[in-house]
Amino acid sequence: MDHSTRAAQFIRNEARVHWHDQALWYVRVKRDKMAQSVPEWENLREIAAQIKAHTMSRLPDYLEMFEENATRLGAKVHWAVDAREHNETVYQILKNHGVQRVVKSKSMLTEECHLNPFLEARGIEVVDTDLGERIVQLAQEPPSHIVLPAIHKKKEEIGELFHRYLHTEKGASDPTYLTESARGHLREKFLKADAGITGVNFAIAETGGLVICTNEGNADMGTSLPPLHIACMGFEKLIPRARDLGVFLRLLARSATGQPITTYSAHFHGPRPGGELHIVIVDNGRSQILQKPEFRRTLSCIRCGACMNTCPVYRRSGGHSYDSVVPGPIGSILSPAQDPQRYYSLPFASSLCGSCTDVCPVKIDLHHQLLAWRKELVLQGLIPFSKRLTMKVVGWVFQNTWAYEGTGRLVRWIVPKLPRSVLYNRWNVWGKQRELPPFPKESFREMYRKRKVQGSEARNRK
Amino acid sequence: MTSKQTILQAIKKSLPPEVPLPDLQGLGVCYENPEAQFAEILKAVGGSFFRVKDIEALNRELKNLKFYQNARKIVSLLPGVGEPTVDLESVEDPHHLEDVEVAILKGEFAVAENGAVWVTDRGLRHRAIYFITQHLILVVEAHQLVHNMHQAYERLAFINPGYGAFISGPSKTADIEQALVIGAHGPRSCTVFLVG
Repeated sequence: MDHSTRAAQFIRNEARVHWHDQALWYVRVKRDKMAQSVPEWENLREIAAQIKAHTMSRLPDYLEMFEENATRLGAKVHWAVDAREHNETVYQILKNHGVQRVVKSKSMLTEECHLNPFLEARGIEVVDTDLGERIVQLAQEPPSHIVLPAIHKKKEEIGELFHRYLHTEKGASDPTYLTESARGHLREKFLKADAGITGVNFAIAETGGLVICTNEGNADMGTSLPPLHIACMGFEKLIPRARDLGVFLRLLARSATGQPITTYSAHFHGPRPGGELHIVIVDNGRSQILQKPEFRRTLSCIRCGACMNTCPVYRRSGGHSYDSVVPGPIGSILSPAQDPQRYYSLPFASSLCGSCTDVCPVKIDLHHQLLAWRKELVLQGLIPFSKRLTMKVVGWVFQNTWAYEGTGRLVRWIVPKLPRSVLYNRWNVWGKQRELPPFPKESFREMYRKRKVQGSEARNRK
Repeated sequence: MTSKQTILQAIKKSLPPEVPLPDLQGLGVCYENPEAQFAEILKAVGGSFFRVKDIEALNRELKNLKFYQNARKIVSLLPGVGEPTVDLESVEDPHHLEDVEVAILKGEFAVAENGAVWVTDRGLRHRAIYFITQHLILVVEAHQLVHNMHQAYERLAFINPGYGAFISGPSKTADIEQALVIGAHGPRSCTVFLVG
């Protein structure tokens, strides 16, 4: 199913679309305020982009440096070529420790690898501890946003879920009350867990350390109580030096939620005394992206979600319409790189307005890449026949002046005479949500010619 | 071939051209009154700020805090500060800290830019205390205030195994319809005392 078909389901409820749009725009405005409060914002973005580009150009060295340093600190480093190996590795570690219950803090990588169902099928309880993730986990849905996983859910729906699973009062929808109930529920899970799984925001080559950022403190709760910590990271999370964090931590939370910094920015160097730290470094298609010069910059993404909050298409079509772990503009580039056949429609889920590129803290040229993907998908022959045919015909018309003029004349004459049922049918996709503009009597070219004649006549009279 | 070799080989296949590592010199904003900046940001992120002359003044302020007055289980790792009832050192298992109401802990330094305080697990038996306590009190010496994050990282070296974190305000979430709720999993309040 393509993006527009799934989006059509979401936009059926117009009030909800408006509400979703406003909720994300509110976050975007907060981001703007924060960005404007930092006078050197643009410089920071540039430097962040350079640090990431440098890291990619020396990635093998930095990965080995990271492994060496992390191992020296007492962590155990594992490598996984794909999702399957990642899941097997995590499962083996858990099994070796006899783990029954796991608390997990947010990690898009484990979503990408579908770790939860893998572990659950092997009898391990996995509880997502980020409140938004817990909400969608209870609803048996994937997150619809990478920073705000339950942004698509109304508080009444969350109240209903919590009533069913956490036995809150029926009909209760007050966010404070619901959060308090979740606090009690999740604290119990933290106290009973045998292991904590986390994602990684940044991995430092120079020191062998990991940085994990949360507002709730769930990554820290989940790793400071049970003795076993497993951190899962895509290899693109690497940065060279600890002091580079000064740049990234200033950009991340400001871009994501409009906060000056996340409440907790935790630096893990080695396991805690008596505990174990395992780090799983995952490829799962990333090296393929690295090999494509025009698309490799997407690996600089620090997963702040700013491009989603600002995207007019994302805001009005909802995260689930992308059917991808990472939705929005960045997801529309990353997903077709991993599976072009499944995600061929995502690069078209964009107005190419460039707003995503403007807000990206690491200066990924998102809208250019979206356009580049469209071309790539045409070359791969993955565009539906109807779209290919339209493009071919329109391309031919645009190339021939006489055809262009003739078509224009024909359309201007015939369209105003046609009944609505002929104009607005299922073949006119464009007219689904909007009205055609009024058709002028003359084209610009005709008006121009006429005025030129009138002008020269007037001059001749003088 | 191991997975590590497979991955590294795949990466080496077409490495991007070398890009130099940028210089971070000159980055960072300095504030006319860093203390006022710190206080303002800390309040904006839901924390409380107190500026006190000495430990005596700190103890006086402490007694005025409502959550402190009612607390029974108190941890304090600062000699002479507060009236601790739980000795962290003698607690075997961090799970037993579940009912600690107030923890008074040392912050190594504070950052004016974002209201964050740097804490570590150095000399601390259970780092869980930072998160499991209902109310967190961080005490920072007044001269340990830096302007920005770049200055912060100049102070930090990560040579030995250990844990460190920037904590900026209380645990919070806005996952239900963007409504900010203070006290998600961790402390319901975060109070910072700048002393000296």
